[in-house]
Amino acid sequence: MQAFEWHCPSTIAAARALMGGDAALIAGGHTLLPAMKSGLRQPSALIDLSRIPGLGTIAIEGDRLVIGAMARHRAIETSALVRQHLPMLARMAALVGDPAVRARGTLGGALANNDPAADYPAAVLALGTQIRTDRRTIAADDYFRGMFTTALEEDEIIVGASFPCLPSAYAKHRHPISRYALAGICVARHASGVRVAVTGAGSGVFRWSEAEAALAGTFTVATVADLRPDPADLSSDIHASAEYRAQLCSVMLAQAIHEISPA
Amino acid sequence: MQVSVTINHEARSADVPPSTLLVDWLRDGLGLTGTHIGCDTSQCGACTVLLDGEAVKACTVLVAQADGHAVITIEGLAKDGQLHPMQAAFSAHHGLQCGFCTPGMILAGIAMAKRHGPELDVETIRHELEGNLCRCTGYLNIVNSIHAGAGESANASL
Repeated sequence: MQAFEWHCPSTIAAARALMGGDAALIAGGHTLLPAMKSGLRQPSALIDLSRIPGLGTIAIEGDRLVIGAMARHRAIETSALVRQHLPMLARMAALVGDPAVRARGTLGGALANNDPAADYPAAVLALGTQIRTDRRTIAADDYFRGMFTTALEEDEIIVGASFPCLPSAYAKHRHPISRYALAGICVARHASGVRVAVTGAGSGVFRWSEAEAALAGTFTVATVADLRPDPADLSSDIHASAEYRAQLCSVMLAQAIHEISPA
Repeated sequence: MQVSVTINHEARSADVPPSTLLVDWLRDGLGLTGTHIGCDTSQCGACTVLLDGEAVKACTVLVAQADGHAVITIEGLAKDGQLHPMQAAFSAHHGLQCGFCTPGMILAGIAMAKRHGPELDVETIRHELEGNLCRCTGYLNIVNSIHAGAGESANASL
């Protein structure tokens, strides 16, 4: 690994002051460190967020579940609050990576990285979660900008995310080695309708508008039985063809609907 | 940079470059070569250690991140010549062949027992072993070993 400077600030303001140039924030490091070992990333400095107090808090604020950026997957998976108020998210966290990865990886790190096959982006987009940063709140619909790209400014730091506690489900077909989603579907029932987010199948998380429109009428598996995203919009790689991913989307959608509303 | 980490209940300090991986410091700095390097890409789990009681992959943790924390390696398990119950279970149930993955398997098994308690079931073990690869055994005896060792390991002190 190329040499770098190490900083461990104790406040967000101090962390922000250290940013600039090729410096990178490190949360759990379970994406960043492998990328650095393989030479894909060569930051001149790492700014460790793990010593900033309060960044890993999980709390209820009004009718929303607010999770700090440094909350680790394990904490989300096992939190009594998450299991009670947004059980879908606890189950989703339990499907991230493997147990050792879940002990280290964080919500904020995953959202900042925005891997096109990561799990949390699907929950954030389907629920209409707000991303909280050191300077503003970003709506889910404005946050994701395609593969590994977000609305975050160069020196902007995610401090947490505020989730509406809605009936929701996540179904994921995991790649057997990486455990990333070959296709993952998150469905959330809102007062105003249904939101369906797709991860793993395209170049970034996206909303499946045809499925949303169909489910807003009748929320059953049968309603969407013939629905399939256009393979032309999906990814094709050594793991799966676009056609296969389209089929997986259809199957995962049915599983998610069934979990919310068994019929 | 100067770091202080409690390794197997003993305070250890070192001056290391920030890029030093925990697994490299354990092996090359401290001579604790029971923590193995299998893949070096966070997949295989041969480098699994306990960091503040949680199983983590030491190839994907910087020493800098462990500064001020506590690490248990395979060398830290046996006490007064007595194997830890999970080690004893691996021995009794022949939970290994070549032994390369075994330190990681045992530490992952202990972390599982601590998290899920003495009634740890086989299905959970199989699910939670997905981050630890074995190329010899076909896993059956590893699963049996963890199942057998979970009862005592759940409450055993480390």
